Amino acid sequence: MIISKRFAAGAGALLAALAAGLALPAGAAAGEPTGEDAPKVDLVLDVSGSMRTRDIDGGSRMAAAKRAFNEVLDATPDEVRLGIRTLGADYPGDDKKRGCQDTARLYPVGPLDRTEAKAAVATLAPTGWTPIGPALLAAADDLDGGTGSRRIVLISDGEDTCAPLDPCEVAREIAAKGIGLTIDTLGLVPNAKMRQQLSCIAEATGGTYTSVEHADELTDRVSQLVDRAAEPVVTPVATEGADTCAKAPELTSGLFTDRAEFGQQRWYRVQVPPGKELRASVSVSADRAVAPSYGVLLRAVTGHGREIVRGEAAGDGRTDVVSTGLRYPEAEAGDEDEETAEAVCLQVTHSFAARAGVKTTPGLPLELTVDVVDGPSDADDVASFGLGRGWWLLGVLVLVGFLAGLVWGWVSRWRVAVWRTN
Amino acid sequence: MRIARVLGAAALLLGLAAAPAAADSSPSPSADGGAPTQAGTSFRTATEIEQGQRATASGSAGDYLYWSFPADTGQRPTVKATVKLPDTHAAQTWQVDVYDGLRRRQACQYGAQTRTAAPGTSSVELACVLRTVRAWAEPWANDPLPGTYYVRLTVTGVPTSDLGLPVGAEVRVDSKDMGGAAAVDGSLAQPLVPGVAMKTDDEAALFDLDPDDGWSSGWWSDRWVWTAAGAVLAALAGIGGYALTRGSGRPRQVPPGM
Repeated sequence: MIISKRFAAGAGALLAALAAGLALPAGAAAGEPTGEDAPKVDLVLDVSGSMRTRDIDGGSRMAAAKRAFNEVLDATPDEVRLGIRTLGADYPGDDKKRGCQDTARLYPVGPLDRTEAKAAVATLAPTGWTPIGPALLAAADDLDGGTGSRRIVLISDGEDTCAPLDPCEVAREIAAKGIGLTIDTLGLVPNAKMRQQLSCIAEATGGTYTSVEHADELTDRVSQLVDRAAEPVVTPVATEGADTCAKAPELTSGLFTDRAEFGQQRWYRVQVPPGKELRASVSVSADRAVAPSYGVLLRAVTGHGREIVRGEAAGDGRTDVVSTGLRYPEAEAGDEDEETAEAVCLQVTHSFAARAGVKTTPGLPLELTVDVVDGPSDADDVASFGLGRGWWLLGVLVLVGFLAGLVWGWVSRWRVAVWRTN
Repeated sequence: MRIARVLGAAALLLGLAAAPAAADSSPSPSADGGAPTQAGTSFRTATEIEQGQRATASGSAGDYLYWSFPADTGQRPTVKATVKLPDTHAAQTWQVDVYDGLRRRQACQYGAQTRTAAPGTSSVELACVLRTVRAWAEPWANDPLPGTYYVRLTVTGVPTSDLGLPVGAEVRVDSKDMGGAAAVDGSLAQPLVPGVAMKTDDEAALFDLDPDDGWSSGWWSDRWVWTAAGAVLAALAGIGGYALTRGSGRPRQVPPGM
């Protein structure tokens, strides 16, 4: 973890230095990422026969892709481990079985040698089928290992030609296997079916889909995605919630991920010491086609099953995520002896419903943040320190002051009169 | 608290000679002097912006774009988003949502949060005026509290033919100072910033920005002025009332020499 902290710091420092236009001394290797935690990107390029079509700015799709790759390779941040994979590059024949296994590693994921990578890209010529599913599986293997963020950028000009393996389901399974893996897709001169398929792949992993009609757009988008991979982000920790409070895993402050199946409850447990406040938020991502109405419920429950506080959210329509949160300040212990922390159970349920024909396993990705912080001071008045404000307040004060002055004056006159008569 | 934090950071810096410039590692937009030119794609990767900054991003129709900004007690933030659409497109419905640091959706008081762009229009403008940020609320309430706010901009209604088309987005958050009218008693020990309990200085954090002059301690409000002014006026009115009962000068009935 410490290595990853250092790396993130280093990566940020590196970016800051570059942005400031400072020449980075060669010796400043402190921020040099270790292979374990460097962000990894695998560019997956479709080299199927259709890439020959000359419809991007007058040139062929392949030419546009090559140009984009050259520019992206030049601009790739140093800390990014970049690899290139092709699909449909080698087998020109008609045998579907062979054509659908045609995916090859063009440049391995690792420290980037720009010249070598460019030379490899230059050799490509449009050839075969479009086996998107197998290519994604192989790309996921390329990126295996390490704890940094991982990103697959898929550039294709046609839908998958290797049914029945649905690339969308493949993407979902890949995302379920590892943490922090995102697939971004780009469609070259797409048609409706391709748009649907590529955006389905992207949504399955929290990635983005882009249609490309011009070469510039392709270059810009791919460099944007590679840069995005280089940004330091907090990597969540995988956990597995239980189906009852008693068996729930204990969590401390941090960011966690889990999977929640349809209709499944997820329970976690957090120890909240007296005088501290528990803050928890949960978001459940819709990584597949779901019914248009959905919701999520997060409840904080005592060990005895009494609900303390809940957060709930419901929504309707297109969404990537539905999220809610809660806070629970644990009261100060009145007694010195009772300084023990309270175990608070967190229950997460969501009411997403899968569309007909959509696979329901693995569950939907769930992200949970837990913070145990100092508790707030209690408020004993609605207004700040019980102070007032406004013209009514002034009016009342002036009136009361005036009346008090009058009464005081009359009283003292009366006292003078009494004293005189005596 | 702040001093302790700063001292801690300084100590850490000294100790971290091996990782130079660790303190500069925050992905703060001000580090490079300019406004951010891209957006995040989830709560976790949201791009941090300051209030008053004009953040831009290029994306595709169908992307979920996320930004986050800090809002402090007494502010009423207004989120404005403009989406630049390509020359040809079908009708698209865009929406801006605001979430607080606990990822709870925050209601917009005013503003066109959702808008449909007719085919051929070049841009859509969205706005969301949040409720005033309070210093404290009961745990069961959904009131806006000082801390992080997330902005999510996305297209909610889009035909498949328009998916993935390039769009430009622009977001700006400004806030109005609502003064003591919204001042409540109590305060949070720590602002509602995600990951605040696990925050260290040399790590990528979920949220790393503070308001310009730090999080307010919450004890000051113009209610002090109102109340004090009220007290002074009340005292003056009291003297006035008293004087009225005495008449002007020496009472006539009092014999000379008293």
